[in-house]
Amino acid sequence: MARLIRTEKEVEGRFEEVWIVVEEDPLEQWPAGPLTVVGRPAPRKDGAERVRGEARYTADIRLPGMLHAAVLRSPHAHARVRRIDLAPALALPGVRAAIGPGEAHGLEAEAGFSGAPVAAVAADTFDQARAGVEAIEVEWEELEVVLDPDEAVRRGLLNDEPRRTERGDVDRALAEADVVVEATYRTQTVLHNSLETHQAVCEWQGDTLHVYISTQFIWGVRQAVAETLGLPEDKVRVVCEFMGGGFGSKNGPDEYTFVAAELARRTGRPVRCALTRREEHTSAGNRNATIQRLRAGARSDGTIVALDGEFTNSLGWSGWNASTEGPMKMLYDCENVRTVTYGTKLNTPPMKAFRAPGFVEGTFGLECLIDELAAKLDVDPLELRRRNYASSNEGTPFSSKNLEDCYRRAEPHWERRHEVHARSDAVWKRGVGMASQIWYGGGGPPSYAWVRLGSDGRATVITAMQDIGTGTRTAMAQIAAEELGLPIEHVEVVLGDSARGPYASVSAGSSTLPSMGPAVRAAAADAKRQVIEIAAQRYHLEERVLDIRDGAVLSADGNLSAPVHEVVGLLEEAQILGKGARGPNPTGMSVLTFGVHVVEVAVDVETGEVRVERVAAIHDVGRIVNPLGASSQVEGGVIQGIGHTLSEDRLLDPETGRILTTSLDAYRMPTIADVPPEIVCEFVDRPDEHLTNLGSKGLGEPPIVPIAAAIANAIRDATGADVHELPISREEMLRALREAETRQREKEKRGAPAAV
Amino acid sequence: MSELRLTVNGEHHVLDAPVGASLAHVLREELGLTGTKVACNEGHCGACTVQVDGVPRLSCITLAHAVEGEVTTIEGLREHPLVEAFVRADAVQCGYCTPGQVVSAAALVAANPQPTREEIRHAMAGNICRCGTYPKIEEAILSWQG
Repeated sequence: MARLIRTEKEVEGRFEEVWIVVEEDPLEQWPAGPLTVVGRPAPRKDGAERVRGEARYTADIRLPGMLHAAVLRSPHAHARVRRIDLAPALALPGVRAAIGPGEAHGLEAEAGFSGAPVAAVAADTFDQARAGVEAIEVEWEELEVVLDPDEAVRRGLLNDEPRRTERGDVDRALAEADVVVEATYRTQTVLHNSLETHQAVCEWQGDTLHVYISTQFIWGVRQAVAETLGLPEDKVRVVCEFMGGGFGSKNGPDEYTFVAAELARRTGRPVRCALTRREEHTSAGNRNATIQRLRAGARSDGTIVALDGEFTNSLGWSGWNASTEGPMKMLYDCENVRTVTYGTKLNTPPMKAFRAPGFVEGTFGLECLIDELAAKLDVDPLELRRRNYASSNEGTPFSSKNLEDCYRRAEPHWERRHEVHARSDAVWKRGVGMASQIWYGGGGPPSYAWVRLGSDGRATVITAMQDIGTGTRTAMAQIAAEELGLPIEHVEVVLGDSARGPYASVSAGSSTLPSMGPAVRAAAADAKRQVIEIAAQRYHLEERVLDIRDGAVLSADGNLSAPVHEVVGLLEEAQILGKGARGPNPTGMSVLTFGVHVVEVAVDVETGEVRVERVAAIHDVGRIVNPLGASSQVEGGVIQGIGHTLSEDRLLDPETGRILTTSLDAYRMPTIADVPPEIVCEFVDRPDEHLTNLGSKGLGEPPIVPIAAAIANAIRDATGADVHELPISREEMLRALREAETRQREKEKRGAPAAV
Repeated sequence: MSELRLTVNGEHHVLDAPVGASLAHVLREELGLTGTKVACNEGHCGACTVQVDGVPRLSCITLAHAVEGEVTTIEGLREHPLVEAFVRADAVQCGYCTPGQVVSAAALVAANPQPTREEIRHAMAGNICRCGTYPKIEEAILSWQG
């Protein structure tokens, strides 16, 4: 029966109270461990299509008569359009339409950052559209540019109210602590740089708008486009069969979608609007920079008694204030914690969610601070983490937490440090570091799926979700195959089209599997029940003695073994349709993911070069559905995190706010040559018994959370130097080495016997 | 517009294309060979890699009219054992860079059927994968012969 509940919904660490109707989920969880299909490595269902270049991305959509749009963007970090003349563009060959500020959602007369969209042109070819954009005459009024986040805090230039939290009495606890450490950490702005740039193709058919878009959230695009354009939602169809990466930056439509829709309306033709790589670098969102001023106090026995943090998120012209303070509040059992988080409004490109927004940055600060505390206390960093283990989330029990298991599995990797140190020489210093991981990833309702079973005994999972490259089709096929007792080869997955399946949740916040997987299992179970009802009547047996395994309906006594296609084949062209919905999350519990990384580095103390030589990534995300795909997720997160830690840096001209790193040779992402020689992935693989019929949490984000701190802590172990800034460039590494040397000299001076 | 003669995957084409058109543009827009992806359009990422006479070339910064030799795209390599090796090893996430990875890898193994890890890293360093499938790509190339 459907049940109306008031519940807390979480995406990317943002909570809201919502009313939802949930259907009961009477299925018991499967037993832990590998099953027939679930828990076994499965190559991707759509692997060959992607590898052979047959998968059709938004970039490959070609509609008859399609025009191409180009966007005029502000060259100034803050300016207002005084006057704009589109006529010179319209006079050029091939140009079919031009629109200016206010004529499509997102095109605005006030440009708040360099790269802000102002006007757009549609033409027969992209080159003609670009020529049109260049012909547009604009008279700009330049406005004051604010780039410094501390100045923005002082002047109250914030995107929303500062977020303050406190439990206990931090000032008193710090005053009474045996040891206090204090440090300021800075993290940089980084770019998602999905290889398929943000883009959409829009076409009107009658009063229906068809939107082909590279997106992480088909239904979110449908809802936002309908609302913005004043259309009923069922007059917007959104299609995304394959998409070339998002990492949090493609959760909704942006100006390119509205530009394409408006230009399509004006010309009566389909219009593509695709960002160039350079626009991707200026206008598609980014992970915001942070400044974190942190303090920790502990007793000499290693009990952490106080944590205090001031977090400044450089959000830019827009964006939301992600929970950079989250790890400080949640990772350790500490009675006295105080945080304040500012989301500053600057004349820089907008913040967008980027793979565990806030927690990546906050974990770098916190987990470096914990190691600095361990050094000062002379306590083993692993031991310090265990001594301050949180057994609840500020009093709320965890639905499951196996971080201690992760620590236990980390021990052999951690013990390698003696041997690693021994491989140091005069130039290359080697060391080992660790950092813990905490993040969300529980998913939630609503999410729906259907399973269609044909008379050929083959099943199709139908749901209008998206596969952003995480192996969604494969995991969903595994879950349906397991429940239906069919081989995975007999299960297809149809997704990617809002007109071709029920509502599905966003592929963000590590929520795809925990949100959609239970709905798919429920739909498969519904279909299976119907097959068994038919078989019971056909073979005059009780339903309770029947089951489906390996594609056959079996009776408990072994007398019946009828292939599913024979049973369903009785019905000739009829089809069985199973429906499934995602049940609610457990009430009164915190659903979180945990893990730990142990990293080995080598530091060239002469040049400041840092090499990551080995990573052991151990994660607790409930049941693992596809160990092969899961290891790919972890490796990918680790590698993206290494880029964030060591090389990636979106640079601005500090005077004008113009973006300096607009191409992929200036913005340095990891290549295959930058990958550590060894990445070890381990999973606790224990279902969360309180979470859905599946017991799985998400894994997309956890592996990028702890990597920066683990690298920084390994650097400290190797050299004694405290790095405080990302990226750990050679300049930052050499600065930290010099600082450590000075500290050491002073210590020796103080400790040395008085000169005779 | 100017006449353009191209041999792509063994087929001869005579086309009209503007002087200055890139090979990637002609392959995708004129010949409908959309397996070749364009991700940066300025020669930095490797997604658009094709072979010209067996040598990897960045088709987004190659002038179509200047191509002398036979072009091989991912469409001409669909039966290559590397395809199965990539799928088996899970050397694909979003898949947008993957055709270019396979084209580069095919040129590598044609010249050096048993490359070492170091040789793979050297030959494949021009193909960026933002999802970070690199360890699996290395595995796929190491095991491409099955």
